[in-house]
Amino acid sequence: MEQMLQLFIWIPLLGFFISLFFNNTQEKQIAGVAYTSVGVQLIGMLVFIGWWAVHHFQTLHLKHFVFFKEENIEIFLEFYFDKTTAVFSVLGAFITFLVLVFSKYYLHRDAGYKRFFNTILLFFFAFNVAVFAGNFETLFIGWEFLGITSFLLIAFYRDRYLPVKNALKTISLYRLGDIGLILALWTSHHIWHENITFMKLENTALLSTHIETHYNAVVFLLAMVVISATIKSAQFPFSSWLPRAMEGPTTSSAVFYGSLAVHLGVFLLLRTYNYWDSVFPIKVAIALIGITTAIIATLIARVQSTVKTQIAYSSIAQIGLMFIEVAMGWHILVLIHLSGNALLRTYQLLVSPSVLGYRIHDQFFNFVPKQPIHSQLMAGKLKNSIYLLSIKEWNMDANLKSVFWNPLKYVGRFFYFVSNKTGIIIFAFIFVAGLLLFTFDDHIPWQIDQFLHIFFAFVGMILTLLAFVEKESPMKAWLFIILSQLYVVLSVALLNDQYQYREILIYFSGLFASGILGVSILYRLRKLEPHLGLDDFYGSIYRHPGLAGIFLVACLAFVGLPFTPSFIGLDLLYSHIDHDEYVLVAFLTIAFLVLELAVLRIYARLF
Amino acid sequence: MKSSQHFDETHVIHLLRHYLPSQTPLKDFIHHNSLHAFQHMKFYEGIFKASKIFGYQATLPLVDFRKLYAVKRIKEEILDRIILERKGEQTFSEWKHHVLYTAYDEHIDYRIGRLRSYWKSKHHLDLDNLVQPLLFRILSSYLDQGIALWDFPVHAEGFLASFKSLEQNGLVSFFKTAKARKLLFQEGISLTQLLEIVVGDEAYFEQYLFDQQFSHRGWSGMVATLEQKPESLLDTRKITLHDVIVLDLLFEIDHLENELGKNFKPLCTDCKQPPLNLFDEVPSTELQEVLKIWQDAFEWSYYDEVLAGIQQNISLRTVDQAIPEQKSFQSLFCIDERECSLRSYVEKMDANAETFGCPGFFGVEFYFQAEHAKFYDKLCPAPVTPKYLIKEYDVPEKRKHDLFYTDKTHQMASGFLSALTFGFWAGFRLIKNLWKPKMSPAISNAFAHMNEQGKLTIENKDPKDVENGLQIGFTIEEMTTRVEALLNGIGLLHHFAPIVYVVAHGSSSANNPHHGAHDCGACSGRPGSVNARVFAAMANHPEVRTHLLARGIEIPATTQFVGALHDTAADEMEYFDVALLHEANQMAHLQHKNTFENALDLNAKERSRRFASINTKGDLKKIRKAIKERSVSLFEPRPELGHGTNTLCIVGNRQISKGVFLDRRAFLNSYNYRSDGAGKFLTGVMAPLGPVCGGINLEYYFSRIDNYKLGAGTKLPHNVVGLFGVANSSDGDLRPGLPWQMIEVHDPLRLLIIVEHFPKIILQSIQSSPAMYEWYINEWVHLISLNPDTKEFTYFSNGQFIPYQTLSKEIHFFKDVHSLLEAAQEMKTNHIADATQENLPVILHS
Repeated sequence: MEQMLQLFIWIPLLGFFISLFFNNTQEKQIAGVAYTSVGVQLIGMLVFIGWWAVHHFQTLHLKHFVFFKEENIEIFLEFYFDKTTAVFSVLGAFITFLVLVFSKYYLHRDAGYKRFFNTILLFFFAFNVAVFAGNFETLFIGWEFLGITSFLLIAFYRDRYLPVKNALKTISLYRLGDIGLILALWTSHHIWHENITFMKLENTALLSTHIETHYNAVVFLLAMVVISATIKSAQFPFSSWLPRAMEGPTTSSAVFYGSLAVHLGVFLLLRTYNYWDSVFPIKVAIALIGITTAIIATLIARVQSTVKTQIAYSSIAQIGLMFIEVAMGWHILVLIHLSGNALLRTYQLLVSPSVLGYRIHDQFFNFVPKQPIHSQLMAGKLKNSIYLLSIKEWNMDANLKSVFWNPLKYVGRFFYFVSNKTGIIIFAFIFVAGLLLFTFDDHIPWQIDQFLHIFFAFVGMILTLLAFVEKESPMKAWLFIILSQLYVVLSVALLNDQYQYREILIYFSGLFASGILGVSILYRLRKLEPHLGLDDFYGSIYRHPGLAGIFLVACLAFVGLPFTPSFIGLDLLYSHIDHDEYVLVAFLTIAFLVLELAVLRIYARLF
Repeated sequence: MKSSQHFDETHVIHLLRHYLPSQTPLKDFIHHNSLHAFQHMKFYEGIFKASKIFGYQATLPLVDFRKLYAVKRIKEEILDRIILERKGEQTFSEWKHHVLYTAYDEHIDYRIGRLRSYWKSKHHLDLDNLVQPLLFRILSSYLDQGIALWDFPVHAEGFLASFKSLEQNGLVSFFKTAKARKLLFQEGISLTQLLEIVVGDEAYFEQYLFDQQFSHRGWSGMVATLEQKPESLLDTRKITLHDVIVLDLLFEIDHLENELGKNFKPLCTDCKQPPLNLFDEVPSTELQEVLKIWQDAFEWSYYDEVLAGIQQNISLRTVDQAIPEQKSFQSLFCIDERECSLRSYVEKMDANAETFGCPGFFGVEFYFQAEHAKFYDKLCPAPVTPKYLIKEYDVPEKRKHDLFYTDKTHQMASGFLSALTFGFWAGFRLIKNLWKPKMSPAISNAFAHMNEQGKLTIENKDPKDVENGLQIGFTIEEMTTRVEALLNGIGLLHHFAPIVYVVAHGSSSANNPHHGAHDCGACSGRPGSVNARVFAAMANHPEVRTHLLARGIEIPATTQFVGALHDTAADEMEYFDVALLHEANQMAHLQHKNTFENALDLNAKERSRRFASINTKGDLKKIRKAIKERSVSLFEPRPELGHGTNTLCIVGNRQISKGVFLDRRAFLNSYNYRSDGAGKFLTGVMAPLGPVCGGINLEYYFSRIDNYKLGAGTKLPHNVVGLFGVANSSDGDLRPGLPWQMIEVHDPLRLLIIVEHFPKIILQSIQSSPAMYEWYINEWVHLISLNPDTKEFTYFSNGQFIPYQTLSKEIHFFKDVHSLLEAAQEMKTNHIADATQENLPVILHS
């Protein structure tokens, strides 16, 4: 029976691959493949659940596919099935199915018809990987793909400025959440010395001794998980991306931001509940985030004067309540609440254009003129202030910008003086020198060794920042990105005395191929459209869809998307870092965070 | 605008208002020329000037014209003739080469935005990005008609006063710096003072303000419109463009100070570029000449075919001119080009039926108040201001509600309960909508505009019966005048059939903020049902009949008028006050209803060929059902195609167009030159054609040519703002104009008006008012006279009528139009060269 689980991953993936084979005008086929595969999934799920019910809802798990194996590290796909998975997967298949059917005519003759259905199918695959995941690694794969598909759908209309800007805004926050998960993975590798599976988390006796021995590390790990969940569910103080993400066609906004994607934060909390149930500070933090969000998001929803933003904030407020419910352990209630909320918001978003007609009609018959009220009293002032703050979305957007992104940009600009040919040559030279050092590693005193690997990590980070702030030449930014990765590898390899050529080779093979691929595409694009720079947005995908597709693949390999060699490499690199290397982890983390942004920024601006 | 010139605040605001888009809130979608500000110039001069100033696309790009030529939608003989006429024989081949092969730089180096872009190039500051999201949010909260649950604390004094009071009576501020806040409260602060801080040099002020306001022309246009017509919002708001500019500048100062530090230098402290006069002459270029030739060639390639078709049709018809005098019924339709196909099917279904066309408010102008409504609906063309009010009463049905639109779902606790209840119901509804889309209170229903069982206050018996300055109902005298004028205009003065239907139209659609754009343009973007019913009642009134007789119009006592409404999206009809018919007419009505039903079936079939979801070759009833479902489906962004493809307007006897297949592209206005030899009524007939038909046509033209700047872009991501507009996402500008889904079938051609009368009379009519003449003399529409005697065409150009010879050879004759419709291909892509091929050629049919 466990073997059946993998089916629910392969059906959507198969659908996705089939849908790649049509051209944009074959609308019937594209849409048909999409909703048939999701429909089959839905029916399959229902049958499976019926059968599962007969077997008394027994939790299932399946260790499926081992990517990589070494003495103490093993990366494998693992599937898991319990009530939470059941609810999420049925809900996901149901909503996605309906939305795909509706989109068949809704998207008629859109220049991005095929792109739309491809992306939704990829999203659906990612969603299923996440909800069926049996361990953190598998979950992370789904999580990561979901972010990328979100990005692609927000930036669906690439010839306008706002979609691209908002897609980047969303993906930057998502990326922050992903980094949270990576750090959680890193911590867990160090404290468990193996991959933890969700199955293992059910063993409460084992957990409690484990938590006692590694209390601080566990708190850190869980804090990372909570941050990740908070961002994904657009909870305070990360709410402002959600209303801005509604840039794509209404049907995709409904499926992503109305329902499925935003509720995944709740899913992550449910999945890890056993782990944090006894860790009091985390539990309190989750409840506090929930309460704060519920209150603030409700206030913001009340002052929204556009229909989609209003729905977004109302939904955020309900998810805030769900956080509280999860923390209180009312899990059946959460599952019902989130299903209802997902369906309600999907519906509201889908019919949001009709609000104009309905409400105006209503106003026509029921209008009561309002009396302006002016109070100089403290209560009035307080009310006014709350109103004003809510209009400004409690400064969430501005604060995030000044806390997270401005410092990074500032550092990047500070080092901008090296961003020229001489700079690149010097960096390349230092790298070769570093490489030589690495070869004679055994002869270097460990103090220097220690200093060097931090230094190289630092350079790697600066290089990604430089790519991130580059305003003109895409090629230059791309070269910086490649170079930065070389430094990162050098740093980690230097550090580790029992380095493994094999791991580095795996990582490199991914990077190298995609790096060259990227260079050649950029070169070709420059030939075709010499004026392209990074200070504007061009929507080249409409003119060169082929180039756009290949470049995206190159980009994805670079950001360490699951299944690419760079992903496995990345995971291995992290597991080679010892648990006390905080500075190194900080540099590398920032480097990876910015890396994805820099890469996707190039993609979004050019294509 | 030399640097010595003084900055005149009022003058600049006046200019801005003139050039900003003037779209009213979406509930009243009134079509108009998107470039109305340039209408005092010749068409080409105007559009190229607008293009140079504001960066709008003026025509299709050259490559598209060349593609159209390649697929023969632009005909070589027409192109040759136009080049020859314009350039003479000597330079013909040189120009033909230019037109066909020369490569030009089509990049428009437009003037707007140049000055303000210095912030970006000099200081790396994207002010739009910093200022606009919050500014838009404040504006939409202030103007909001009912989305927010917590309203902006509105102050009677207007926008800026409300903003000030909110800013003053609170503990937090909208601003980041103290300076901007201080300036806000500074007594009598003027634009000049603020501009001195931001811009510095007075010579640049006007240019800067244009740059600034046109960086969000959707919002600024809306504000300018609301300033002029506050009543276009139900919950009115006091707002001026001046206030918005002040706030805009204050936010700019705030961000500039925040980013560049205290005492930042104004933008033009050391500008090397002299100030630019946006409205300077635009030098004509060779490229413009080439584009003009192409556009003319595109237009005349189609016109020529139409004219040839009409000419051949007339020559065929003269033989069987004898129309039976005894008509089975007559029906009046709106001139709307969407009724053009239905009319021919009605005539086909019943050879003794006769149809007429006239503007769909049927000459009765008034405000309408539905029972229990708190407001009035204006039901006549937009420029008319009625003095009458028609009230609805005794409506037996209650208005239905849709619980899903309750505010409660957006509150915390009730939102929780809603999720648990409505949530699952929503899932069920979605499934239902998948299998069986049905009419619901949330859908804009054309038939719900007026309740057919309710009563109307049509007759005024006491002139003192006045409400808010409007007379309730019409007196007998006023009724007579209106009925007489209409009948004279369309030339229906004899041979009245026992039943005369007065068929208005409206359109039902779901999930469509632009639904008003599908309703009747002659009724200010609303269904014309009340007008039809009122007109029928007037014409049936015994006293009106007596008065009419005195004025020479004899309507037999057996003749009765019946109001009706045609839903152009659902292809359904409803008839009003049928119970009042005499017994014989009751019977006849049942038969005619059947005729209409059959005609509607065929009409649905003709429309279905453009819809991917319907198989045109399928069963008629199935097609009809599918058409109806489109109008109530939540996920159909094209419930109907509106005025897409409109290009023609024919004023004359039905005989000239009957039998010519015009593919729903012609506005048809009945007019009988025989009964109006001196052109007494022609002026009245011609007057609305420019603003109504020309306005529709040009709005489609510009939305099609530049859907990004003059149109609303694709509908799919639209977000409804404050119940008055749509924007892209949460931070985007309002999007005036028409969405992509409405214009993709449209060929951007100017309107060709064909009038059946002598050139002299027509000239006299159009010259009767300068506003009307402007449309023709400046070539924003084309005008052709069909000489009733010689049957020759003359074309109006530079103030006179010039003979026109058609080049198109024989127009094909089809016995069965439907075989042609079934064989028609759907467009491969919505690129113009593909899209235009969906439009069928002119043919003749029996």
